[in-house]
Amino acid sequence: MRGNMGGKVFAVLIVVIALLSAIPIISHTFMGASVTLPEDISTHGKAIDEQLSVTMAEAGISFLAAQLVLGLFVWQFAQRKGRPVKKFPGGATAMVIVAFLFVGAEVLALGMVGSKAWATVYFKPASSDAIEVQAQAGQFAFYFRYPGADGKFGSIHPEKIDEGNSNFFGLDPENDIPARDDITSGELVVPANKEVHLLLHAKDVGHSFYVRELRIQQDFVPGLDLSLHFTATKVGKYEIVCTQLCGLGHYNMKSYLSVMSQEDFDKWLKSQSN
Amino acid sequence: MSEMSVHAGPHAAPTSFIRKYVFSLDHKVIGLQYYGLALAAVVAGMVLSWIMRVHLVWPNAPIPGLGWLSKVGAPGGVVTPEYYLQLLTMHGTLMVFFVLTNAPFAAFGNYFLPIQIGAEDMAFPRFNMVSFWTTFVAFCILLSAFFVGDGPPLSGWTGYAPLSAVGADAGPGQGIGQSLWGISILVFCIASLLGSLNFIATTLDLRTKGMTLSRMPIVTWAWFITSCISLLAFAVLLPACLLLILDRVAGTSFFIPAGLNVADHIQPHQGGSPLLWQHLFWFFGHPEVYIAILPAIGIVSHILICNMRRDMLSHRVIIYCMMAIGFLSYMVWGHHMFLSGMNPFSALVFSFPTLMITIPATIMTLIWLGSLYGSNLRINSASLFCLGFISMFVSGGVSGFFLAQPSIDIYLHATYFVVGHFHMVMGVAAIMGVFAGTYFWFPKMTGRMMNETLGKWHFYLTLIGTYAIFMPFHYLGLAGNVRRYSAFQDDFLVPLIPVHKFITYAALFTGAAQLIFMVNLVHSRFKGSAAPPNPWECTSLEWSTPSSPPPFDNFGGQHPVVHHDPYQYGVKSSTGDYVMQTSPEQTEVAS
Repeated sequence: MRGNMGGKVFAVLIVVIALLSAIPIISHTFMGASVTLPEDISTHGKAIDEQLSVTMAEAGISFLAAQLVLGLFVWQFAQRKGRPVKKFPGGATAMVIVAFLFVGAEVLALGMVGSKAWATVYFKPASSDAIEVQAQAGQFAFYFRYPGADGKFGSIHPEKIDEGNSNFFGLDPENDIPARDDITSGELVVPANKEVHLLLHAKDVGHSFYVRELRIQQDFVPGLDLSLHFTATKVGKYEIVCTQLCGLGHYNMKSYLSVMSQEDFDKWLKSQSN
Repeated sequence: MSEMSVHAGPHAAPTSFIRKYVFSLDHKVIGLQYYGLALAAVVAGMVLSWIMRVHLVWPNAPIPGLGWLSKVGAPGGVVTPEYYLQLLTMHGTLMVFFVLTNAPFAAFGNYFLPIQIGAEDMAFPRFNMVSFWTTFVAFCILLSAFFVGDGPPLSGWTGYAPLSAVGADAGPGQGIGQSLWGISILVFCIASLLGSLNFIATTLDLRTKGMTLSRMPIVTWAWFITSCISLLAFAVLLPACLLLILDRVAGTSFFIPAGLNVADHIQPHQGGSPLLWQHLFWFFGHPEVYIAILPAIGIVSHILICNMRRDMLSHRVIIYCMMAIGFLSYMVWGHHMFLSGMNPFSALVFSFPTLMITIPATIMTLIWLGSLYGSNLRINSASLFCLGFISMFVSGGVSGFFLAQPSIDIYLHATYFVVGHFHMVMGVAAIMGVFAGTYFWFPKMTGRMMNETLGKWHFYLTLIGTYAIFMPFHYLGLAGNVRRYSAFQDDFLVPLIPVHKFITYAALFTGAAQLIFMVNLVHSRFKGSAAPPNPWECTSLEWSTPSSPPPFDNFGGQHPVVHHDPYQYGVKSSTGDYVMQTSPEQTEVAS
């Protein structure tokens, strides 16, 4: 690689790499989010997807612009022995002003708009008529619990957990009346178009609740019961997976979210309580 | 000043083998020791990543020799799911602590910071020796986890409690291996604190005549700023590790709440908080990213200036940007914890400073690009790796846009998108800086040149290979591919396996390309052509030493006097188009 060849090889290579890398970004931007993202089945997911698409476009432009300019300048200015050194118009001051104005504005805009999407998920409490379901994560399974006819959950007694006898939550129906009609399930079954208020409880170590189609991810924190709420809009079966490293069976820790019509859900709940 | 005092360095020239090469007080030998340690760690870390990549796409393939290393973890050489996670933990720990902290900062910083400020050694040479050997002990403790009871730790390099705190009940890898991990990191923290103090004292107190702070090269500044960050960061991780160890062995409950039923055992703990560990860990963990990348930014800027034959549009602005990043790095740790259950309002408080880091990062990128414009860029292995660094810094940086926003993080958190992001910006970019530094300073460190043809091949194959590995990670993440899974069995993950195969081939290819570097390194060390005193026509003080490698006291008993700002290029002088910092010659800017 003699003379200016070295610079030209680099320039061509970096431009090719940048264009190849950007194919999914460009497809996402011009052909729609479904090229790169799974289907969204939640009411709040649209805000997240839109935020992601705007960010993708802005990141894509910054990425391509920087790589192409890098390639162009190296192509043009490598190995030009003896020629005078030209200064970039405006110098460092221009760079600082450009960065503050453009990137500052971009960052503020993304931050402001993105905060709204975050707020729809986390600042608004679940509505009072949302269906309450408790989710428990333990090595390496999820269990779900419905309060039954009394609308109250029985208390959890960790020492009474007995998976052999299907007492996954450590309930004490003998002494604890609300626990008697609690319904336990290995799958999260919910009606479509109805808000679900999920109470997250960790049995042993940290876990996480992730349904990609729901655009929901939330940690289970031992000692800290958290909650989240969502409304699923499409009937179907979706995988729930653990995304917080929890031990040897982490990759295998999963369950399903079954979204049913209200009618089917009522039937299912009835069949479970019998 | 008497003849004696002129010749007396902080310590006498060593004579015995042990003092010269093993327990040396010479910052240059210690720098090389750090480099060697980082090299050993990076080879180990890379081999682990190969094993993981092979296991992910061919889960039943026996890996030669692995059955010998662990009969339980890899019976017959086939990796079990838990062993995968153990390898993953070791890979992350080795790479973050023993490679990315050691190579760009401790290794090059030790070797060149004292020389660049005209000092004879570090301020505390004995501390310096202790720093290295303490780091070495930490390294041995970590590796010993491969050979104990239930094998290496399994909690990831982030060691989240209570998984890492409750002990053997939580499964394989949570016994003695996890304790060794905590002890190793604790020891590493002690070494890093000593090292940082030494760097700070040296920079502030041992600058030679005329070497004002504003005359220090960018890279000297980078090491100085990094040592300030490092001093604060490791000072928090150290007690955090101590508390974790106490939870494990002394029955305390700093990170373990009451009522945990792990493997049918109620844990004898109460009152602790898993989030406390996360806060302490990430208060260290985010600045750690900049401990890895700031020295690389400094190295790359320093080398680019020399190869562009001009100063940056403003090298001071780059220094201010590094300071801004260092300052902001302490206000953003919560962006690793958006979904951890901390108050959702605080997510926004952590999000804004994170997004603001984009501003100094953009300024630096624009200055690099704007300085290339109209320059006379020399293409060599070192400058190519600098260009590769800029490209990676941008690629890894823009994905930070996504993760800095809590709303998007809901979807992308704990997916391969994150893995792609930090590997590019913290891993590959920093390593490109280390490669650039190696090609650039090798003549000074050994007195021989590295082979340029091999160097260029090494660069191009590495650039192609690393993009082929880490770019697809982002798109896997967008498809919802969860990280830290030892097998992809879920319905939505199975269709992504072909992409993983491609990545595995790319990883093996890129790893193989590193052999070119190893061959070049070893061959040039013994057979490389003799290096002229200043092969790159560079201005800073490391090129003013009387020999390569420099004598034990760096300047042969002389105290260099500095007359100029660090980057006097593009001028008319008796040496050509540059003036050494030590040259009293006054010049005019070439028209």
